[in-house]
Amino acid sequence: MSTRLWGRFTARATAGPQPAASRFPGISAPVETRQEKRPRMFSATGIAGLALLSFLAALAVLGPILIPWTSSDRDFEAFLQPPSANHPFGTTASGGDILVLTLLGLRKSLIIGLVVAVAATALAALVGAFAGYFLGWVDRTLMWVTDLLLVIPAFLVVAVVSSGQEQWIALVVLLAAFMWMVTAKAVRGVTIVMRDREYVKAARFMGVPAHRIVLRHVIPNLASLLIADATVNVSAAILAETTLSYFGFGVVPPDVSLGSLIADGAPTALYAPWTFWWAAGLLIALIVAVNLVGDDLRDRFDPALRAPE
Amino acid sequence: MVRLVNYVALIVVASSLAWLLAAVTLDPRANYAGRTPAPPAGVVDAALSEVNLNDKDPLFDRYLTWVSGVVRGDFGHTWDGASVGADLAERAGVTLRLVTSGLVVGALLGLTVGTLAAVGHRGWFDRLSGGAVFLLLAVPTIVLANVLIIGTVWFNDTTGTRFLMVSGEYTSGGPLDRLRHTVLPALTLALPLAAILSRYQRSAMLDVLDADYVRTARAKGLPRRKVIVNHALRTALIPTMTYLTFTFGALLVGATITETVFGWHGLGQRLISAIVTSDVNTVAGITAVAAVTLVLCAVVADVFQRVLNPGRAR
Repeated sequence: MSTRLWGRFTARATAGPQPAASRFPGISAPVETRQEKRPRMFSATGIAGLALLSFLAALAVLGPILIPWTSSDRDFEAFLQPPSANHPFGTTASGGDILVLTLLGLRKSLIIGLVVAVAATALAALVGAFAGYFLGWVDRTLMWVTDLLLVIPAFLVVAVVSSGQEQWIALVVLLAAFMWMVTAKAVRGVTIVMRDREYVKAARFMGVPAHRIVLRHVIPNLASLLIADATVNVSAAILAETTLSYFGFGVVPPDVSLGSLIADGAPTALYAPWTFWWAAGLLIALIVAVNLVGDDLRDRFDPALRAPE
Repeated sequence: MVRLVNYVALIVVASSLAWLLAAVTLDPRANYAGRTPAPPAGVVDAALSEVNLNDKDPLFDRYLTWVSGVVRGDFGHTWDGASVGADLAERAGVTLRLVTSGLVVGALLGLTVGTLAAVGHRGWFDRLSGGAVFLLLAVPTIVLANVLIIGTVWFNDTTGTRFLMVSGEYTSGGPLDRLRHTVLPALTLALPLAAILSRYQRSAMLDVLDADYVRTARAKGLPRRKVIVNHALRTALIPTMTYLTFTFGALLVGATITETVFGWHGLGQRLISAIVTSDVNTVAGITAVAAVTLVLCAVVADVFQRVLNPGRAR
């Protein structure tokens, strides 16, 4: 079932690392090839995404420090007021400063997105590489767990478990626990190809223990795939977090996230647009930036997935 | 056969895990906490035991009670005594109507855009749709749904008309009335789906359009349109249909955001309210429905692949 569902990913996985020589079946002896010019790291869109992302990150980190208001401050002279010199983004119905709330929300969403993506990708690399390298019962067990987690509605588990949690770190662990499966399947596919490569065989014949081969030889050679997938996971994690927070299951007061801000602002958006659009706009900008960088990295590292030219 | 056993095992384990998780984490007792005068503890215990939700009863006994009920087709009761099975059956209909309309619109839109983009590869339409898709993919569903609502309310207020409704499934019940309520939530489901689907369809079409058999078909004199529709599109539909089938399965329970924001009383919305009221049996029931649907979708996707496969004997 799942191999079909993720056919796109496994297709990438098997198509990616094939040796260049296999494309020229007639040539068996090594031929001298001209050194190819090293392609640039980022394209123009990638740089634009990176710039936007850095700008948003700087805003999220520095903004709340520089603004005189804090998230718990209430301005009792300004309830639901439009943007003014005192409150550049306006105020909420209870007098909170929307600028500082939005930037704090951006900070939380960004942190959660990054941490979840890194954790999920690391887990995916371990599970996928061990399953693909050992095959046999290890593979069957790990892939069964992977399938199981794909079948369980992640939203349900995260919502049920995190509904009693005050700490947002619990949310990070839960989100990461449900985001690694697809990447793990891709990693497994590549590892199955990789375990027959010369350097892995060489290590095996030299008597390097299997777990060491996986950690030292297989996973480092997957770095490009993993980095690209981690970036894609960042936007997925941010979307998951904001959605959960929107329903009150993710980040809970006194913490704010872009999702909880959107939930608070949506009912008043019609007559007080500043309560909704700042958070919504920043969230979209954040996802656009991450996607720009992610698409670019994927194109750079993973020619098999590149949109056909 | 092995596959079937595996599927059944997945369903059983997924539902059981959901039940156990919900039973351990959720606290149905909280439903009685805010009452004045506070009901005596014994009464609460008796009421919760009645519907198999009492956390003072042994966990394993409660699990056995639940399993033996499910085997007989009885999904248990909510904390206030309503039947979970009947509730879910009714809500499944609501969700089915919503998801089907959203999926049909999204699939038609996505397939058309993707096919046209591939046929006019690197033309103005390809670039334009590519940009639109990129932007659409960056808009989260919660924002999209709220923007659609805000836009519609604003439109209704300025023009004084009231054609599109932003909340509920129907008011009076006629077909037109239902349509007016369906447009916005269906669009919320359809737009992101169309965006992703058009990308899938585009790359599948591009792969196929380069294939030898398409060139052969052109070379033997078939008109371009006929080749695109009969030869290329058919093959390109294989990966896209697989994606579509699984999306359908995922949406049956996963249309949570759309249902909640637009006030449709479907499965996804029930999931949220069940978590809030700590209805363990409802949570487990919805998970079981989700697992069964996903497995069914895997089977249907398999059938699609066989039917669409050009190598199949006709």
